[in-house]
Amino acid sequence: MAIVLEPPPSTTAPDADKHAGTPGGTTFLRRPNSSEGFWSWITTVDHKRLGIMYSATGFAFFLLGGIEALLIRLQLARPNGHILSANQYNQVFTMHGTTMVFLVIMPVSVGFANYLVPLQIGARDVAFPRLNAFSYWLFLFGGIFLYSSFLFGGAPNGGWFGYAPNTSIPGYLPGRGSDFWVFGLLLLGIASTAGAVNIVVTALNMRAPGMTLLKMPIFTWMSLIAQFLTVFAMPVITVALFLVMFDRNFGANFFNPAAGGDPVLWQNLFWLFGHPEVYILILPAMGMVSEVLPVFARKPLFGYPVMVFSGIAIGFMGWGVWIHHMFAVGLGPVAVSAFSVSTMFIAVPTGVKIFNWIGTLWGGSLRLTTPMLFAIGFIVMFTIGGLSGVTHSLSPSDRQQTDTYYVVAHFHYVLFGGSMFGIFGAIYYWFPKAFGRMLNEKLGKVHFWLTFIGFNLTFGPMHILGLQGMPRRIYTYDKSLHLGFWNMVATIGAFIIMVSLLVFIYNIFVVTPKTALVSADPWDARTLEWSIPSPPPEYNFAEIPTVHSLDDYWHRKYTEDDEGRLVRLPNYEAVRASSDTNVATPGQHIHMPSPSYFPIVCSFGLVVAAYGMIMGHTNGANYIVSVVGFLITVGGLYAWGLEPSAEPPEEHGGEGGENAPPQPALLGASGGTMALDAPETAELPPGDTTEGGSES
Amino acid sequence: MTPPARMNPPARRSTLAQGGRGRTAAGRWTVKAWLALGLVFVLGGCTKNASQDSLKAHGSIARLQNSLFIPVFWIAVGVFVLIGGLVGVCVIKFRARSDDEAPRQIHGHTKAEIAWTIMPAVLLASIAIPTVKFVFDLNKFPKNAITVNVTGHRWWWQMDYTKADDVNQTDFTTASEMHIPVKQQVIVTLTSVDVIHNFWVPELAGKLYAIPGRHNKLVIEADTPGTYYGQCAEFCGTSHSNMRLRVIADTPEDYAAWVTSQEAPAAQPVAASTSPDTTTTLPGVTPAPSQASLAATGANVFKSAGCAGCHAITGISDGVVGPNLTHFKSRSVFAGAIFQNDDNNLRLWLANPPAQKPGSVMPNLHLTSDQINQLIAYLDTLR
Repeated sequence: MAIVLEPPPSTTAPDADKHAGTPGGTTFLRRPNSSEGFWSWITTVDHKRLGIMYSATGFAFFLLGGIEALLIRLQLARPNGHILSANQYNQVFTMHGTTMVFLVIMPVSVGFANYLVPLQIGARDVAFPRLNAFSYWLFLFGGIFLYSSFLFGGAPNGGWFGYAPNTSIPGYLPGRGSDFWVFGLLLLGIASTAGAVNIVVTALNMRAPGMTLLKMPIFTWMSLIAQFLTVFAMPVITVALFLVMFDRNFGANFFNPAAGGDPVLWQNLFWLFGHPEVYILILPAMGMVSEVLPVFARKPLFGYPVMVFSGIAIGFMGWGVWIHHMFAVGLGPVAVSAFSVSTMFIAVPTGVKIFNWIGTLWGGSLRLTTPMLFAIGFIVMFTIGGLSGVTHSLSPSDRQQTDTYYVVAHFHYVLFGGSMFGIFGAIYYWFPKAFGRMLNEKLGKVHFWLTFIGFNLTFGPMHILGLQGMPRRIYTYDKSLHLGFWNMVATIGAFIIMVSLLVFIYNIFVVTPKTALVSADPWDARTLEWSIPSPPPEYNFAEIPTVHSLDDYWHRKYTEDDEGRLVRLPNYEAVRASSDTNVATPGQHIHMPSPSYFPIVCSFGLVVAAYGMIMGHTNGANYIVSVVGFLITVGGLYAWGLEPSAEPPEEHGGEGGENAPPQPALLGASGGTMALDAPETAELPPGDTTEGGSES
Repeated sequence: MTPPARMNPPARRSTLAQGGRGRTAAGRWTVKAWLALGLVFVLGGCTKNASQDSLKAHGSIARLQNSLFIPVFWIAVGVFVLIGGLVGVCVIKFRARSDDEAPRQIHGHTKAEIAWTIMPAVLLASIAIPTVKFVFDLNKFPKNAITVNVTGHRWWWQMDYTKADDVNQTDFTTASEMHIPVKQQVIVTLTSVDVIHNFWVPELAGKLYAIPGRHNKLVIEADTPGTYYGQCAEFCGTSHSNMRLRVIADTPEDYAAWVTSQEAPAAQPVAASTSPDTTTTLPGVTPAPSQASLAATGANVFKSAGCAGCHAITGISDGVVGPNLTHFKSRSVFAGAIFQNDDNNLRLWLANPPAQKPGSVMPNLHLTSDQINQLIAYLDTLR
C-alpha cells in the first residue's frame, strides 16, 4: 500500500468508524475492530487510551519503586541493619533508581504528553498512532523484563548508573543482573525514542489552524523540548549500553583498562545522556505546573515567551554540564572549571522560571485546590533542589559532597519535590478531563500535606547526613559514625509518604468512582482540552478548532477591561456549556486510525530477543531464542506495513470528499522504512475532518 | 544518639506559628505537625557529632573546600528565604476571597524579567571566580612531599609508602590504616586493581577516584594528631559499605618511629622443634603449647594452608591479592578497617571471611580451630 486515498463519501456513521473487513490486496491481514473489552485495549492506537495506560503502568511501577525505597529506609533506619543482605540491598537500590527514572517519571510524563498534546493543539491523535502503541507495549514489556530478573538469579546490582568496569566485566558483580539491566535499558530506550519522535512530530506538524508555535500551550512546549532531548540523549546511552553488552557477552574490552580500555569513557557517555535526562524528567513537570498556576491564579502565565525560551535554553545548556557528575574523577583543572561555570549558569534560566511562576501568582486570585497546592509545593521544593544544585557546581567543595547523601537529598528535591509534585498536581488537575469525575478535594489536601511533610522529613535530613560523611549506596553504616538519628527521621518520613500514597489510592479507587460526573470545564480553565466533553470522545474534536490566541479557550470566555482586569464575556456560560455538547453531529464522518495487532507483536519479539541474549550469555546455543525474537519483530514489521491502512473502502464513511487530501502511508510498499512524511493537518482549513493521525 | 522516642514532641503552643491563622481542626493539626517538624530539627542539632564529618575540617585542604561551600550555602539559604517568602506572601495576600474576583491580567514585565535574569547571573559569576581559583589551587602539589601510593582493592585499601629519595620505589606496604605526620602535606597517588573506588577522608580532604589504569593525585594534611575516619565513596560492589580506612596523624617523632618500625623486616617465627612440651602428654590433660611454638606452627599453617598465595610477609611470602601482613599487628583494624584487630575478631574472620564481610574475596579455607589459634599466635608476632 503506497498511497491511501480518501474513500468516496457514503454512509452515515456518526462516530469514528473502524469496521474491519476484507480489504483489497492483503486479505489475510485484517485490522481488529473491537472498540471495547480486552482486545480493544490490546490493539488500541488511541492516544488517550495509551496515555492512560502509560501513566497507570508508570504508577504501578511507582509503587514497586516505593516498596524498594521503604526497604532501603528500613535497612538504614538503624546502624548495622539486618533487613537485607549486602547483595539484596544493592539490587534494591539499583532497581529503585532504575525504576523511578526509566519506569516512572519518564513514562508518566510521556503518558501525560500522549494524552494532552493532541488535545492541547487541537489534533485527533498523535502523528504515528501505531508507533505510539508500539512504544507503550515495549515500555511495559521492558519494565516486566527488568523486574523478571528477580526471578532469574537476581536483579541488577551495579547501580542505576552502572559504572564500568564493575558492570562491564562479568564476575565483579554477583548474578547476571547487569545483563538484565543492559538489555532492559536498551528496550526502554527504543520505546522512549519512538515515543519521543511521535510527540515531537505531533507537536510540530499537527497543530490546529492558527496555532503558531508561540500560541502553543506551555505544557506542550515543555514536552516538546523534553522529547527533543530524549531523541538526542537516548542514542548516547544506547551506544554506551551496546559497548557494555559487547564487553560482557563477547569479550570486547571497551571499558577494560587491562586491555587498553577506559572506564572513564563509560562515565562520559553515561552522563552525557544522564544530564539531559534530568531535564527530560523535570521539563514536563515544569510544563504541568505552568498550566496549573495560571488557572488557579486566574491570571495568564507571567512572561510566556520567556518561559518558552528559558525552557529551550535549559534544553541546550543541559548538554554542556555533564562533567559536574564527575568532579571527583580527577579530570584536568580547565575541564573542571569550564563545567563548574556552565553548571552555575544553567541555574539562570531555571531561576527565571521560578521568578516567573511567582509573577504568575502575584496579584492573582489564588484558589488553593489540590493541584494548586502541589504546584506551589513544586516551586518551593524545586527551589531547594535547584539551590543545592548550585552548591554542587562549586567543584572544589563538591569533592566533599559528591557521592554522599547530600547528592541524594539534592536530586530527590528535584525529582520528587519537583517532578513528582508536578505529576501529582497534574493528576488532580486533568483527572476530571480523562475520567469525568473530580478527585475528592478533602482527601487530596490530606494527600498533599502528608506528602509534603513526609517528603521533607525523609529528604531534608539527608543533606545533613551527607555533610556528616555518609556516602551513597552503602547498605550499612557503623554506630561509631553517629548517623543513626537522622537516618531514623528519614525512615519515619518515608513511611509518612507511604501513608499519603495510600490516601491517594483510596481517593482514586474507592471515593472518586462514587462521585457525580462533572462538566467539561470544571476548573474554568484556559486550554483547548477543556473545550471538549469529559472524557473526550475518541475523535477529540468534532470540528478542528481555529486558534486565534494563546489560551484560546480562555479568550472565548473572558476579556480584559481598560485596566487589564478580567471581564466575563456575555456568552461565558454558553461557551462553557457548549464544551459538554461539543460532539460530532449525526451524519458527520470522522476518519480515525484503526487498531492494530502488530505494535504489540513487534515489541514482544524484541523482548524475546533480549531474553535470548541473556540466556546466550550462559550457553551460546541459546542465541537461537534471540533469532526467533528478531524474526517475530521483523515479521510483525512486515505485517505492520502490509496490513490495510484502515477499514475496507466500501464501508468507509465519507467525509470531506474532494476536500480531503491524499493520505500517504508511512510505510512504503517495500516495508521497513518509516518515512516522516506526515500529513500536515495543521494547514488544513478549519472544520476539515481528516483523520487525526496518519498511519505509521 | 538521641532516641527516636523523643521525636514525638508535645505540640501545645500552636498559636505561636502561622500568625493565628490555623483555626479549623485541620489547621490546628497542620500547626502541630509543623511544630513537631521544627522540634525534630532542633533535637537533631543536639545529636552527637558525627565522626566522619566533612564540616569538621582538620586540615588545610578540607578547610579550603569548606571556605567555599559554607558561604555559598548561606547565600543559597538567603535566596531560598527570599523565594519561599515571596511564595508565602502570595499565598496569604492573594488567596481568593470570592469566586468573582477579577485580578488584573499581567502577561509579563520585560524589565522585571531582565532584572531577574541578570541578578542571578551576577550572583553566580561572583561565586564562579573563587571556584575557578580554588580548582587551580587544589591542582598544586608540594615538592618533595611524602608520597603514598594508595591502591583500591575490592574492598580494602593498600598503601605503599615510597622512599624519601625516590618516589618510584616502594619503601614498605601497609593496608587499611595509614600514618601521616601532622602539619605536613602528603601526596596520595590513587589507582585501583579492579573497579573504580573513591578515596575519602572527609576531615582531611574531599574525595578523589581511584581508577584502574589511571593515577590520580590528592593532597591530604592534618593539623592535629589524631585518628581520622575515611571510606570508599564510589559504589564498588557487594561490600562497598565495608571498605573503610583510617588516617592516623602523628607528631613528627611518632611518625618517624612508625616508619622505622614498618621498614623493619617481619618477625621470624621460632623453629617449632625448640618447644619440647608438645611431645609430653599426661592422661586427660592437653598441655597448653607455648605461645612461641603456636606461632611457629602458625607460620607453617600460613605457608601451607593457602594464605601465602595471596598475602605478602617480607621474607616469607609475596602474594599481592590480599593485604600485606608484614606488620599486621601494628594496625588497629583489619579487613577494610571494619574490625578491631583483636584475637576474637580474627578468630571469627579466619573461620569464615565471607560470613563476616559479604562477597569477601578471601575465601573460607575451612581452617580447624587449632589452625586458627596457631595463625592468630603467628599474626600476633607481626608487630
